[in-house]
Order: sequence, then structure tokens, then C-alpha cells
Amino acid sequence: MGQNLHTRIADIFNEPGCDKNVAKEEKARKKGCSKPLTPGAAAGGCAFDGAKIALQPITDVVHLVHGPLACEGNGWDNRHASSSGPMLYRSGFTTDMTEMDIVMGSGEKRLYRAIKEAISKHNPPAVFVYATCVPALIGDDIDAVCRHASEKLGTPCIPVNAPGFVGSKNLGNKLAGEALLDHVIGTHEPGAMAPNSVNILGEYNLSGELWQIKPLLDALGINLHASITGDARYHLVASSHRAQVNMMVCSTALINVARKMQERYGIPYFEGSFYGISDTSEALRQLATLLVGTGTDAGLIARTEALIAAEEARAWARIAPYRARLRGKRVLLYTGGVKSWSVVSALQEIGMEIVSTSVRKSTDNDKLKIKELMGGDAHMVDSIPPREMYATLKRGDADIMLSGGRTQFVALKARTPWLDINQERHNAYAGYDGMVDLVHALDRAISNPVWSDLRRPAPWDDAPSLSLAAE
Amino acid sequence: MAEIMHGRKALSSNPLKSSAPLGASLAYLGMAGSVPLLHGSQGCTSFALTLAVRHFKEAIPMQTTAMDEIATILGGPSNLEEALLNLTKRMKPSFIGIASTALVETRGEDIVGALKLIVAARPELQGVKIVYASAPDYDGAMEDGWSKATAAIVEALVEPAEGAAAASPFVNLLPGVNQTPADIEELVELIESFGLGVVVLPDISGSLDGVVPDAYTATTFGGTTVQQVAGMSRALHTIAIGEHMRRPAEILRDRFGVAGTLFPTLTGLEPNDRLISLLIALSGRPAPARLRRQRSQLVDAMLDGHFHFGGRRVAIAADPDQLYGLSMVFGGMGAEIVTAVSSTSQSPLLARVPAAQVVVGDLSDFEDLAAAAGAELLVTNSHGRQAAERLGLPHLRVGFPIFDRLGTAHRRLVGYRGTRDFIFDVANIVLANLPHHHPEDFARIPGEEAHDGHAVAATH
Repeated sequence: MGQNLHTRIADIFNEPGCDKNVAKEEKARKKGCSKPLTPGAAAGGCAFDGAKIALQPITDVVHLVHGPLACEGNGWDNRHASSSGPMLYRSGFTTDMTEMDIVMGSGEKRLYRAIKEAISKHNPPAVFVYATCVPALIGDDIDAVCRHASEKLGTPCIPVNAPGFVGSKNLGNKLAGEALLDHVIGTHEPGAMAPNSVNILGEYNLSGELWQIKPLLDALGINLHASITGDARYHLVASSHRAQVNMMVCSTALINVARKMQERYGIPYFEGSFYGISDTSEALRQLATLLVGTGTDAGLIARTEALIAAEEARAWARIAPYRARLRGKRVLLYTGGVKSWSVVSALQEIGMEIVSTSVRKSTDNDKLKIKELMGGDAHMVDSIPPREMYATLKRGDADIMLSGGRTQFVALKARTPWLDINQERHNAYAGYDGMVDLVHALDRAISNPVWSDLRRPAPWDDAPSLSLAAE
Repeated sequence: MAEIMHGRKALSSNPLKSSAPLGASLAYLGMAGSVPLLHGSQGCTSFALTLAVRHFKEAIPMQTTAMDEIATILGGPSNLEEALLNLTKRMKPSFIGIASTALVETRGEDIVGALKLIVAARPELQGVKIVYASAPDYDGAMEDGWSKATAAIVEALVEPAEGAAAASPFVNLLPGVNQTPADIEELVELIESFGLGVVVLPDISGSLDGVVPDAYTATTFGGTTVQQVAGMSRALHTIAIGEHMRRPAEILRDRFGVAGTLFPTLTGLEPNDRLISLLIALSGRPAPARLRRQRSQLVDAMLDGHFHFGGRRVAIAADPDQLYGLSMVFGGMGAEIVTAVSSTSQSPLLARVPAAQVVVGDLSDFEDLAAAAGAELLVTNSHGRQAAERLGLPHLRVGFPIFDRLGTAHRRLVGYRGTRDFIFDVANIVLANLPHHHPEDFARIPGEEAHDGHAVAATH
């Protein structure tokens, strides 16, 4: 791993746009913000995973993973980032390094040939090349290979230097952002930009959530230029430096991109969320305000308010039938980062009670927001060990758990309703309509008659039931 | 004899393989009170874990030594030690199965030596059986990892038989990675119907079969116990399924004197006839009456089903043993294996696949070859779904991973009954996709030569 990457990581840890970082003492800041992992007690993806997640929704390019099989072979085609057009991003490409490549040091040659094959078969506008641990360890220089390939083959090859062992998924998101800043954003000059163009950062269009938002923007005459990255096209990302405003929706993931685009191109940014009714309205307001601040006709503000009023009224009317059914129902919310506060406020809007919410990936700002929302005694927990989570649910302390796939079976085995709110989910919950769908899904999960049937023991079962066979 | 073709591509597109460390982890998951530990970066575990969860739809215990850059450069024993201590304290396993990954193997660590020192120095680890298998990602696929881990368990935990023979006779059953929990249940029931006991290694029918325990468990729930493995040397016989289980069966034979029989596949009439003959010989009992009935049902299924297999152009992509087993069933029922793609090249069975050639490759090879050969049915894991969509062909999901269908653990492909069910599954897919004929299909003008040599079935 080159000195470059070390400098790059140090730079990311020094992010002035990050409130958590700014609050730190000089010494603590130098240490960086990635928590050291505990062997034997670690969970979660690596930096490569994070980089791939952040970039894969660029749908028209080849995403080529340089490494042994597992990095791509075990992980490809695993998320529901949707595309309205190209499907190339859903193919898995890897150099599938062999022992021979490693022993003979022929990894770089293999990578170059792989790039060439990918270009000749798929003719993409670009190839994203991801480093992984093994080539980083043996010193394969993917920057050099990409430079050489770009020149020789005439297709931009983008090195993404985030081998798994440098840290967490979140660091990988940011390293992916750096790759975009270094090699993609600003490399393409668009023809005439549509008026009122904005970019959204950190929205991956999971299950098509971007398409729940886009009609709102269309109705206001706001042009969504590039989503970085969700249903994205290479040339739109490459020309995203010509947009008027950036909105950042996943707070910690791509803050470096938002801040540096402001620095380099003067594009103002704000952090917002499209989860929940009032958050959606607030996001639209901020977009409108920043657009007007950068030259858009001031009438946009009034039009935005009118749209918000109409949409909010419509959403509340559609939610009304569920409110009575869901009021007072207790939710255990177990997710990370931005989702905690945006979902907290969304659930509170319909009168549900938050038993506790996890803040293990949240920034201080996120936590502050949760405190504001939940009053003084915010039940914020860093992480809940699965055993405890199981006990909580088994006792019936919550009527439903909202989390990601990793903890799904803790809830289900405790015979408790569960709803997926992480990236693997199949349902879209963004914007006004998405919130109505979320409420509907919550109601469907909680009021399913199957739960009473499931919790009933077998009537013939007097003998001790399935218990742990402790050997 | 199939000709084995090796690709020369540098680019693997749409990988067919899942990794060897993942295969090893699944084998370790067949042990009771177990936690598999991958010695690598946290991503090695995370990707494997996520894929296994998507397949089994179960919580899966799996841990990582969380090698970061510094640990990788300085060497990993301290991370390995810390991981063993932490997970022993937190999860209280009775068994930990360690598999290496490409990362630590590239660095060339002496993991076996390090492990010895760690276990000797740490009294906290005394109550835990720790087994290690070398399974770098760059060598082989799931079948290889599963085999290496099973062999490592046998080598480490089987104890030499002493004194009198086992009070009640039993056999060792070594299922391959392709056997589902339902397959294992079927075989156990079958063996027990001859009055024989059975020790299954690895036994995922206890740990990954989808039950809802009444209490939380951090380790596997069910599976082979350490004591059961220790006593495998006292078995009458070993039954191994799949060429990849040859090594553990041979260790049992050579080191512990347990004779064995290897069945390359247990799907199909003929291999199951041989299995029943073996069980009759081992037990000295006749086959139970209901087996005659089951055999007869399979014969009937083959009669009803062969119309839908005969002449069908089938494309199969899988790990070598599974490719062999499936192609023997399809070929044996009259289908034509027009495309056979194997994830790896090691198995001697590949040459016996009833196809003109076996290509060692990925799912893009599979897609291209199946399209060129005019295949009518794609048979591969869930990763073949994009190919099936693009080619507009029906897709029978087999093997690992199957993440877009439920009930995979309960699908049975072995035994007379499993084969019968499989034949119906295939026939039903064919029936659901039968083309309706149109006048143009028969539009040759009598008395004239056709323009092309052969009529191609309409592909709707």
C-alpha cells in the first residue's frame, strides 16, 4: 500500500466538514476516526465493501475487482440499487487472482488484460478498478495500471484504492468519494445545463427510492443532474461540478465530496433526508432556498411551499386510517447513522413510541437531533448484543423491530414482527408516498394474524421443548 | 469422455464460484456449539456471512480475526489469539473452526505453529476444540473448502478405537457441500431403517435446517458433537458423497481402519440401488418394504418424466461434483447436456460428465455457450438469474447460493424420493414453458429441401 493511500486516509480523518472531527483535540484527530476492530467480536463490512457500495450504482460502467475470488465472488449482485437503463453494473467482474498471479507477481499484467477484455466486450464509458487486500499487500500498483490503460485504451480507468484491511465500510465510502473527486467529477463539460440543476450525494436508489423523490423535484422545475450515486450515469457524475446545489442525504458517507465540491466549484451543500414527511418538506425547502441563493427565481420558494402543503395534506390523509392502529405501538429501532434520526422523526409523526434507537454509526449531530426529537431521556444505545436484543423482544418490550438483515433472525426467532429498513430491503420508503408505504408496511407487519398463531405452543407439548443441546 | 476446456481469460465475469473459506465455514457450521472463524480482514467474513444468510435465511455465527493493515504486515498471530479469546469469552463455543483466507496465506504465515503456541499458553481455551484448515480463496471453490475443513476435523478430533467394538453398530456419513439439511435427514432415515446408527459429519441438518429454538444461542444450534466425531473410528463403514469427500473418507480408512464407500452422487436410480445394496450387506437385513415402494415410485416418475427430458437441450453450471451428479440425471433421462461449465478443474469426475466438453469458467461463459448451443433450460445457482432473464430461458436453481427462493434447506435431491421429486421439478418447468405450435412451425413446402439443415424448436 503506497504512501499516497496513507496520506489520503489521514486527510479523510481530518475532514473539517465532520462535526465529530472538529470537536476533537488535535492529538485525537491525528489518530483518525476509525475505531479499532476487535478480533473475534467484529461485525460489518470492510473498506472495499464500502467503496463498492458507494460507486456500484453508476450503472453504465464496468466495476472490476482486482483480487482473489471471495471479494467479488461472494458479494456480487447483492443489493437492490435500481437502474432505469443500463444493467452493466449488476454484472460481477473480477480478476479472480490465482496463486500463480500472487507468487509470480503477475497481478498487474492480469489486471491490464482484464481491463482490456472488459472494454472490448462491453465498451463502457469507464472502468472502475477496485483494489483489495491481496494485491495491495503484494504491491500491485493499480493507479499505474489504470493510468496506462486509460492512455492505451482510450477509456477512463478509475482506480479505487480502498483495500479491505484499511478499515471500515464507512472509510470505504469516503475513499470512493475521493476517487470520484480525483478522477471523475469535473472531467466532463456538459453542453447546456438544464436550469436549477442539483446533485444528490449518498442516495443509492435502493429499491428505486430516488424515483419517489424525482417527481417532486420535477414538479418544482428542479433538475436532478446526478445522484452520486444512484441510478447514475458516468458522464452525469463527471459533469456534476456544473450543478447549482448539492444535497447530502447520508451524512457521514460522502461529506468529503460535498465539502470539496463546495471548495473547488463553489457549490453550496446541505444535509437532509427524504425519510419522513416533515424531513421531506424540510429538504425541499432547503433545496429551494439554496437554489434561490444561487440565482434561481425567488418564486421557487412559494411554489415549494404550495407543493409541500398539498403533498403533506395528501400524505396525512392517506396515513389517517393507520394512525389509530399504530398509535402507542413500541418500536425497537436498530440501524446506523442518518437513518436513526430520520426514521425516529418519521415514526413519531404517526404516534409510535420508540423504545430505543441505536446510534453506533451516528455523528454527534445525528445524536443531537435524536435527543431533540425524543426529549431528554432519549433511549440511545450504541449497540445491543444479540443475546440482549433477543431477550428484549422475547419479553415483549417492543411490538416491532426495524433493522437490517444482519439482526433479522434475532427478531424472527423471538417471534417478533420485523421490518427491513436497510439497504437490502425490497420496498421503497422515501418521500411522502414512501412514508405512507412505510406506515402501511408497519401496520401489515404488526397486525398480521400470524403472530398469535406462532406464539401459541403446541398443545400436545408437555415434554420440555427444543432446548440448547449443550454438549 | 468430456473434453476439459480451460479458459484463457484474465477477466472473470459473473463468478460461478463461491469461495473456499466459505465452504470451510459451512462445514464448521455442521458442528454443534460451533463458531467458524475466518483468519483475514473483516470483509472476508462479512461477505461470506452475508451470502450464507441470504441462502439459508438463518442467523449464522461466523467471526473474523479482523486483520488490519498493520497486523497483516507485522503478522497475524496476535489477532488470531485475541479473536480466539474474545469469541470464547463472548460466545462460549465448544468448537471453533478456523479457515485461512487469501490475505493471510499470501503473507505466508505459519498458522499451525502459532495456533499450537496459543492453545498451549492460554488456559481459557482448554474447554474448546479448535480445528484449523488452510483454505485460501485463490485455490478451489466451495467443495474444496468444505472438504478441507471436514478432513481437518477428522484429523484433529477422531480418536483411535480401543477395546471392544461399538455396542450398537453405526456408519459414518460424510455428506458433501451440495447436500441440503433435507438430504441429510433423508439419508439418516434411510440408514436407520436398516437398524444401523449413523454419525453425520458435518451435520448441517441439525444446525441449518430452520428451527426456532426457545432460547438465544450465539453458536450453532445442533450439529455433530465433538464426542461423536471422536468415536467415528468405531464405525462399521464410511459412506461419503461426492468426489470432494474422498480425502476425509481416506483419512478414516488409512488412519483409523474404517473401510468406506464413495458415491459420486446419490441422485438417480442406479446410485441409490447401490447404496441400498451396501446397507443390506452392512446390516445383514433385507430392505424395508417401504423402500421397494419408494423405488417403484421413482421408476414411475421416470416413466412419466422422461417425455419431458428426452431431447431437451440443457445447460448446467456448478462445482464439479454437483455438475457431474446433475448431468448424470439429465443425461440418464435422455436430455442433451449442450453446455457444461465447472467452477474448478481439479475433479476427476469432470471427464465423465456426459457432454462433449466441460468448460472451466464463469457464468458469462455459461451464458454465451448456452445461447450459442440453443439451450432450453439453465441449471445453476441464483447468480444465473441475470443470464436467464437475458436469454429468456427457464432457470432451475441448484447449489449455492440460492437467495431468491425459499425452502432451499428442505429441498431433497438424494435417495429414491429425492430423485423422484427432482424429476417432477424439472418436468414441471418444462411443462410450464412448452411452446404453443403455430402453422409456421410446420411450413416446409413438401417436395422442396428446407433452407436450413435442422428445425429448431420455437423458443417463444
